[in-house]
Amino acid sequence: MISEDKNKYVIFKLGSDFYGIDVNNVLSIERVGRITRIPNSPEYVLGLMNLRGDVIPVVDLRLKLRLDTSDINKNTRVIITKENESTVGLLVDSSSEVVEIDKDNIDKPPSSGSDNEILKYIDGIGKSSNRLIILLSLKKILN
Amino acid sequence: MDIDLKQYIGLFVEEAKEHLQSMNDALLNLEKDKDNLSHINEIFRGSHTLKGMSGTMGFVNMSNLTHQMENVLDEVRNGRISLNEKIIDILFTCFDVLGDMVNYIAAYGQEKESDNSELIEELQKVIRENKPAEPDEQRVEEAVEFDNYVLNIIRKAKAEGLNGYKIQINLSPSCMLKSARAFIIFNLLESVGNIVYSNPSADDIEDEKFDFSFTIAVITSLSKEELLEKLNQVSEIEKIEVELIDVEENANEVINYDKKNTNSSQIISEIKTPKKESSKVGKTVRVDIDRLDNLMNLVSELIIIKTRLEDLSSNSNMKEMEDTLEYLERITTSLHDSVMKVRMVPVERVFNRFPRMVRDLSKELNKKVNFIIHGENTEVDRTVIDEIGDPLIHLIRNSMDHGIEKPEERIKLGKAEEGNLTLKAYPDGNSVVIEISDDGRGIDFERVREKAIEKGIYTMEEMDKLTVNDLKNVLFEPGFSTSENVNEISGRGVGLDVVKNKIESINGSVELETEKNKGTRFTIRIPLTLAIIEALLVKVMDETYAIPISSINEIVLIDKRDIKNLHGQDIILYRGNTIPIVRLDRAMGLESGASMDEYTAVVVKKGNKQAALIVTGLVGQQEIVIKPLGKFLSSNKMFSGATILGNGSISLIINVNSLL
Repeated sequence: MISEDKNKYVIFKLGSDFYGIDVNNVLSIERVGRITRIPNSPEYVLGLMNLRGDVIPVVDLRLKLRLDTSDINKNTRVIITKENESTVGLLVDSSSEVVEIDKDNIDKPPSSGSDNEILKYIDGIGKSSNRLIILLSLKKILN
Repeated sequence: MDIDLKQYIGLFVEEAKEHLQSMNDALLNLEKDKDNLSHINEIFRGSHTLKGMSGTMGFVNMSNLTHQMENVLDEVRNGRISLNEKIIDILFTCFDVLGDMVNYIAAYGQEKESDNSELIEELQKVIRENKPAEPDEQRVEEAVEFDNYVLNIIRKAKAEGLNGYKIQINLSPSCMLKSARAFIIFNLLESVGNIVYSNPSADDIEDEKFDFSFTIAVITSLSKEELLEKLNQVSEIEKIEVELIDVEENANEVINYDKKNTNSSQIISEIKTPKKESSKVGKTVRVDIDRLDNLMNLVSELIIIKTRLEDLSSNSNMKEMEDTLEYLERITTSLHDSVMKVRMVPVERVFNRFPRMVRDLSKELNKKVNFIIHGENTEVDRTVIDEIGDPLIHLIRNSMDHGIEKPEERIKLGKAEEGNLTLKAYPDGNSVVIEISDDGRGIDFERVREKAIEKGIYTMEEMDKLTVNDLKNVLFEPGFSTSENVNEISGRGVGLDVVKNKIESINGSVELETEKNKGTRFTIRIPLTLAIIEALLVKVMDETYAIPISSINEIVLIDKRDIKNLHGQDIILYRGNTIPIVRLDRAMGLESGASMDEYTAVVVKKGNKQAALIVTGLVGQQEIVIKPLGKFLSSNKMFSGATILGNGSISLIINVNSLL
């Protein structure tokens, strides 16, 4: 880790909402390849993907966050992430950019209380060029 | 200089650990055989090398400690201190402290701030307390008396008008090239006379096997003053003592010295034997493990691409292509074998720390244990070796703590006072078997029964239904421990379940045999390698799964009418045993296929358990590269990994254990 990019986020879409995860956790963004189902695992675990000779588990982020499912289309991407020695791919609707969000533009997540599943995984809400970006904690999602 | 040395730290740590290990081994042997000087010499050599290494690297505290150890060892070696339990204990503590220091250096790249003053004080105390009060001077002289042969030469020389001198040279401690300096002195003396004796021997001096002082006997026509003048021209000498050898006086005592010297020549020859072994080491190369892993990965890739080529060629019908592929197949197979062999390490790597552990435990528990190791040269892949250490420690502790009885108890039972604990390894086909057996009290299944009910793992009713085999499995349940009292050695509630999990995580198995008052034997079976295995690919509906060949008994066709149902479980009679039937389609969460008159079943085994797995079809046998599923999926016990097939798709490897 020579230069750690602070406050840079990979932005992606689920439905009409924008989400972001810390760029330091992201290895690459891939198109969806053939995915092999893993029996006996949680529903949100979509299966295994062959990423240039490595076997990577893929999580359907919509299912994990209890959002409606949608079909895989040409915009669908897998964000390959790495957190604490485990590499996992996140299936998202589309992803294209990396933005820098100033600390001042990040609000604390809304206090929990409602039993919205998403709230468990949110680090904060960022604002960038008039968009609200839900910043997810990879750590919380993968544990 | 500092930055330069950093790159050697890895090498330093590796070598220091090796030396510490051989010192530990030698000390254990010495404890059993206190009079054997070769052991003490080995420890001395190790300690000396460590001192030199740590000195060069600038690890002052380490070199101080080894220096003090060396002092004690030297006294023991020369018979001035007799070895006792206390000294051995102190030395063991020193080794442990040195081990910690090395680990610290490995982790932080620098030495820990600790001067070990207490330990050094203890070492010095050993010398003070055990050494008979004796002035230093006398000690030096005693060490360098001459044998009959030398004295005879000097006597003859004297008759010819020449003089024999004994010269004691102390080099200055700052002298960098000791043997070179000594060589200059030898040369100088040879130019004015003849050297008839040297202590240490000229060979040892040449190999720098001496501290800073040595003694020479020289015959020359020069006077004492002339000799001194010559020697004073040489730099880096701290002290020179020249003394005329009085032959007449010595003559009376010749016989005594003679005896003494046969002893010392014996010592020298014992030192020399191991030296030959060490020259063999020159034929090996140290390679960073990452490089080996990388090589293995490349071979794996090669095998995957080869399988893919085979897939493609089977559609093309080109004869030449087939021949070429066959050749490629042979090459990749032998390449794989060679790389595998390079990665193999003897289990000794893990076993060698156990004698020390058993010794410490037997002291702590007041038990007498005869620890026997067999087959430490058995080799397994290094990825496997890293995994078996902890389970073995656990099982050995278990045997020491629960198995082997106290000496009084053993005598009462009519057993030898000393318990036997045997660790045995041997290869068996594609796996390696490790057995840990003791001749202790065995496992009391009555206690197991009571305990399991007490801990709420089973109810009384459930318990009554269990067979002895089931009871064995209870021992491996999480949270079960029969230990009467929780202590430091074993029985902290984390018990055999941890052992079982660990072994199963590397596709191995654990079995247990026990007989009351006769003993207990744990048999661990682990695969030779974790990276590439032979597997049978099967179809379950339209999905492809791999089953390791090592866990397959055979493939059979089952007639629908032969399937019986017992308490909701389908079973079949197979070679005289009833074995359960597992429908893989259901196990994999798929709709079961149409009912058929005949099913294809793969009979799998693990230990003495078997099951028939019903599959939709067979694809074929293939060499597969195991890719781990990773931490994220570690909770899924059904699969031990995944593999990439020739067409690039992924197939899961079934963990047969989970289905039995």
